[in-house]
Amino acid sequence: MAIYRAHVLVCAGTGCASSNSVKIMEALEAELSLQGLEQEVQIVKTGCFGLCARGPIVVVYPEGAMYANVRVEDVPLLVSEHLLKGRIVDGLLLKETGIDETGKENENSEFFSRQLRIALRNCGIINPENIEEYIAYDGYQALAKVLTEMTPAEVITEIQASGLRGRGGAGFPTGIKWGFAAEQVAEQKYVCCNADEGDPGAFMDRSVLEGDPHSVVEAMAIAAYAIGANEGYVYIRAEYPIAVKRLKIAIKQAESEGLLGKNIFGTGFDFELFIRLGAGAFVCGEETALMASVEGKRGEPRPRPPFPAVKGLWERPTILNNVETYANIPVIINKGADWFRTIGTESSPGTKVFAVGGKINNTGLVEVPMGTSMREVIYNIGGGIPNGKKFKAAQTGGPSGGCIPASHIDTPIEYETLIELGSMMGSGGLIVMDEDTCMVDLARFFLEFTVEESCGKCPPCRIGTKRMLEILQKITEGRGEIADLEQLEILAKNIKAASLCGLGQTAPNPVLSTLRYFRDEYEAHVLEKRCPAGVCKSLLTYSIIPDSCRSCGLCAKNCPADCISGDRKTPFVIDQSKCIKCGTCIIKCKFAAIELV
Amino acid sequence: MKSIAELQALREKAKKDLNLRNTEAGTRIIVGMATCGIASGARPVMTALVEELAKRNLNNCTVAMTGCLGLCKLEPLVEVIDEDGTKTTYIHMTAEKARRIIVEHIVNGQKCKDLMM
Repeated sequence: MAIYRAHVLVCAGTGCASSNSVKIMEALEAELSLQGLEQEVQIVKTGCFGLCARGPIVVVYPEGAMYANVRVEDVPLLVSEHLLKGRIVDGLLLKETGIDETGKENENSEFFSRQLRIALRNCGIINPENIEEYIAYDGYQALAKVLTEMTPAEVITEIQASGLRGRGGAGFPTGIKWGFAAEQVAEQKYVCCNADEGDPGAFMDRSVLEGDPHSVVEAMAIAAYAIGANEGYVYIRAEYPIAVKRLKIAIKQAESEGLLGKNIFGTGFDFELFIRLGAGAFVCGEETALMASVEGKRGEPRPRPPFPAVKGLWERPTILNNVETYANIPVIINKGADWFRTIGTESSPGTKVFAVGGKINNTGLVEVPMGTSMREVIYNIGGGIPNGKKFKAAQTGGPSGGCIPASHIDTPIEYETLIELGSMMGSGGLIVMDEDTCMVDLARFFLEFTVEESCGKCPPCRIGTKRMLEILQKITEGRGEIADLEQLEILAKNIKAASLCGLGQTAPNPVLSTLRYFRDEYEAHVLEKRCPAGVCKSLLTYSIIPDSCRSCGLCAKNCPADCISGDRKTPFVIDQSKCIKCGTCIIKCKFAAIELV
Repeated sequence: MKSIAELQALREKAKKDLNLRNTEAGTRIIVGMATCGIASGARPVMTALVEELAKRNLNNCTVAMTGCLGLCKLEPLVEVIDEDGTKTTYIHMTAEKARRIIVEHIVNGQKCKDLMM
């Protein structure tokens, strides 16, 4: 085997791959062989570093230099300066500057050092397609430990003691779930992994599977041993091609190393793992719908009980955990429940991965201990809000969650506090909004999503969410009445109470939480027919200020609706009946003569 | 994988290959690799260092490159920075001398006085 003096790690997660990291890898290969360095420098394809906003990311070891926003054109310089001559290219290095609330540079902004990575421990460090690298970082040690040193009951006790709670959203204690399944007497039991990540803007599970698929494989084997199963299924959406590919490679490698299959480590324990691809239906993230889909049936939920731990896949006891939950398991086994308890809070131990997106500088993946404040995540890790705008609210939990307003930015993030605020942890999507976001429009967006994704089995969700959406559309179009707000609340309460599954039970949350914290915005839409954020098009009027207009005609020339007229001598006028409110005129006008009311 | 012992063996081997990515590794050996260094033969020196380290399983030691140290007439130059931060500069290096440094300085902790600046 060749001996390398330097490793060049290139992110090949979905984020960086779509910003050209594959081409960068090819360019690196070509450039290295051109400079005669291919025997000395190894290129390593790795998973997500988390800083997707600054991608593609390239890290060069042994120096550990992190380059951001690398372009294909930068590769020759990088190779000839850093890899040939050993001079770090300062201009391409990642600069960590954030913006604080007052719009000034934030000295505390540090994306990596303020995080604590457990689920993402290997992401961006190892090559996910090489089992040896996973093994080098203590991979499969936990499986070896449970199979040779622990009884299934001891494994469950350890997970219970750790206080690990389901990272998929609801936060049910994982160890207790395992305990229920273990108690059942059955010839066949199953373990199942929920990788059907459906919240808009959430990509934690995808990144774990792309960056460290073996951690999920190992954890599922541990879970199977604990409950007495020997077959497992990973339900993953086909929209994640890179994750599916790496998971397949991981399973194959584990099989050929004897870490999956018959008689693992000679202990007599058998475990087989299969992949089932989902077609990207949001409802299939709900456990009973997911299992129906695995069985090849239509992805629709069913009433519980019986819970999956009693009757799951093919009517057999089954446990279903989320990807991130599984990723925590090997570490808990290796380091112990007591160690895990020292991280996070009393009721929510450990860490949580958030996919931070929206109006924030460092869009990407962040893993922090539970109980970390929203302020820390947004300002110190996330780098603050771009363009000097003010933070308005953060949306957690996707279409099932709610908004947390700026006044609660110091609340520690954990399961209970988020529920008290009318939101929920969800799978970990965190969408940051600034003053330009209209909260009514946001609620409408999420409801539109749930209406489209409702499976239609139960009327409260199928009909109720549709009615709510209609009311919201009415409000955003300026036809709302004050009674509509009350109507929304009544509908929301009934849908929550009467829906069959989690999708319907949580669907009204975005409306309820925005009504709770931003009622004034709803009232402005309804009573004053005004959108304070300037988003809802029907409520906006573009007009030309006659005194500022220089009659240049640029607006008229660019108007796609041809609704601006005038001549060289008099100010131009917008025909309101034809205006489509696209905003082109305001962008084109050089004299700030167009106002938006 | 038949046994835990096999897993451990694979882990040790794989760990060795990945040692490079541990930025906290102890001793650092720096080779001057600017035009002057390369012209006077720094590349075989560096290759010898890397090979010798790998051969002897010296995992807490990394080889890095740097630019011109400003003493072009003494190139190839190699600097050894021990864990305690002491810096030793070796001059007029060759592949043979580089191997000596690994044996005497890195393994046995004896600086090669005759090769020092």
